[in-house]
Amino acid sequence: MKTFEYVRPSTLSEAVGLAAEREDACLLAGGTNLVDLMKLGVEQPRLVIDLRTVLESAVTSRADGGLRIGAGTTNSDVASAAAVRAHYPAVSEALLSGASGQLRNLATAGGNLLQRTRCPYFQDVVKPCNKRVPGSGCSAREGDTRMLAVLGTSPACAASHPSDFAVALAALDAEVQVTGPGGDRAVPLAELHRLPADDPSRDSVLGRGEIVTAIELPPLGPSARSRYRKVRDRAAFAFALVSVATVVEPGKVRIALGGMAPRPWRARRSEKALRGAALSEASVDAAIALELEQAQALDGNAFKLALARQLTIQTVLELAA
Amino acid sequence: MRTLRLTVNGEQVEVVVDPRTTLLDLLREQLGLTGAKKGCDHGQCGSCTILVNGRRVTSCLMLAVAYAGAEVVTVEGLAEADGLHPVQQAFIDHDALQCGYCTPGQICSAVGMLRELADGWASAVTSPATTHEIGIDELEIRERMSGNICRCGAYVNIVAAIAEAAR
Repeated sequence: MKTFEYVRPSTLSEAVGLAAEREDACLLAGGTNLVDLMKLGVEQPRLVIDLRTVLESAVTSRADGGLRIGAGTTNSDVASAAAVRAHYPAVSEALLSGASGQLRNLATAGGNLLQRTRCPYFQDVVKPCNKRVPGSGCSAREGDTRMLAVLGTSPACAASHPSDFAVALAALDAEVQVTGPGGDRAVPLAELHRLPADDPSRDSVLGRGEIVTAIELPPLGPSARSRYRKVRDRAAFAFALVSVATVVEPGKVRIALGGMAPRPWRARRSEKALRGAALSEASVDAAIALELEQAQALDGNAFKLALARQLTIQTVLELAA
Repeated sequence: MRTLRLTVNGEQVEVVVDPRTTLLDLLREQLGLTGAKKGCDHGQCGSCTILVNGRRVTSCLMLAVAYAGAEVVTVEGLAEADGLHPVQQAFIDHDALQCGYCTPGQICSAVGMLRELADGWASAVTSPATTHEIGIDELEIRERMSGNICRCGAYVNIVAAIAEAAR
């Protein structure tokens, strides 16, 4: 690991100032991704800015029935919050399906959203990788593609986003609260992460010095049911091959896919096809097939298409029953 | 280099550390507490599991400088004045180890896990309908302990030991 300076700002604005000023700085919260990447040599900050004492770290119910999740709240604390378990079970399910108990006790909500891809070629500094070193090429396409994306990719990069939490949040139309040198702004969760296009090196739309402070969830109607299901190579402690978060309400279905794209993928085409429609195996199958028409599978991950189809059908119908 | 003060197994310690030092390295190299192990050094095996402020965590991914003032408990600090911690004893009684490398991490993780259970935390296998006390069965133990790997394969006895300690 390269040496660095460690600083613990005492206010959020101090943190913003430091982060804006220093291009060679990284933000630290739980550290479960950053410290790992520092050991791998993928991240080599000269300054580490510790945010844990300045970030909001609780889950609070809003007056309108929605929810506010402080970016510094640990994954464990979000998953076990009564309001999350009662009203947004897909969020709890998503978090509990990820990592291990030890990691969930450290990892934070904000860090979870901003964690970087686990593409093995991104993580191996001797391999060409356009995300890590722009223009160096992509070694993944000719290599092990099992965990890579099938939607929203580009010739430059097919890395998938590893977060389960983000997929559930995307299905629930979450909003990310951000503060930065230019003030505060809200970014829809579904638009937080960038698609690679020509520049895979930037994972998110956040600018220099911008810090995620909270995640806001709109209230759910009384008849809404939500669920998160994850399919992976092992029964526990593994990233998703394919996952689905779905919210079912009378006449309306929201579907977000995980493991399929560089960001949680809202299946907008499917949702449009199912608006007002009766939910059956046939109708959901047709709807998801419509979404997957735009998929570009690689040799090692083409199985994800059939898997996503089956998982979506099962999960939606389970809630519609 | 920075001076760092924290509490380890009930004792206040003051150390000087390179910012790159993880909590795992600090415990093993500077404090001589070699119970916690460096198995993978990337948060994937759980052999570095310790308790910080009452919660189980992977110490290999924690920068020591970030934990000034923390209360750290390692396997060396689990025993009570009059004997081993019930989880330690259960591991012995059920022969829940072979080489013993993963064992300190398993024990600390189990202690943390039992507290999470007592706090009413659900796991990925807990039925969503459960609103009362969560029953501890083999399925729950295996899921909750899935962050601790044992290459000797002592899982069957580890589960039995934890089931006993949970009673």
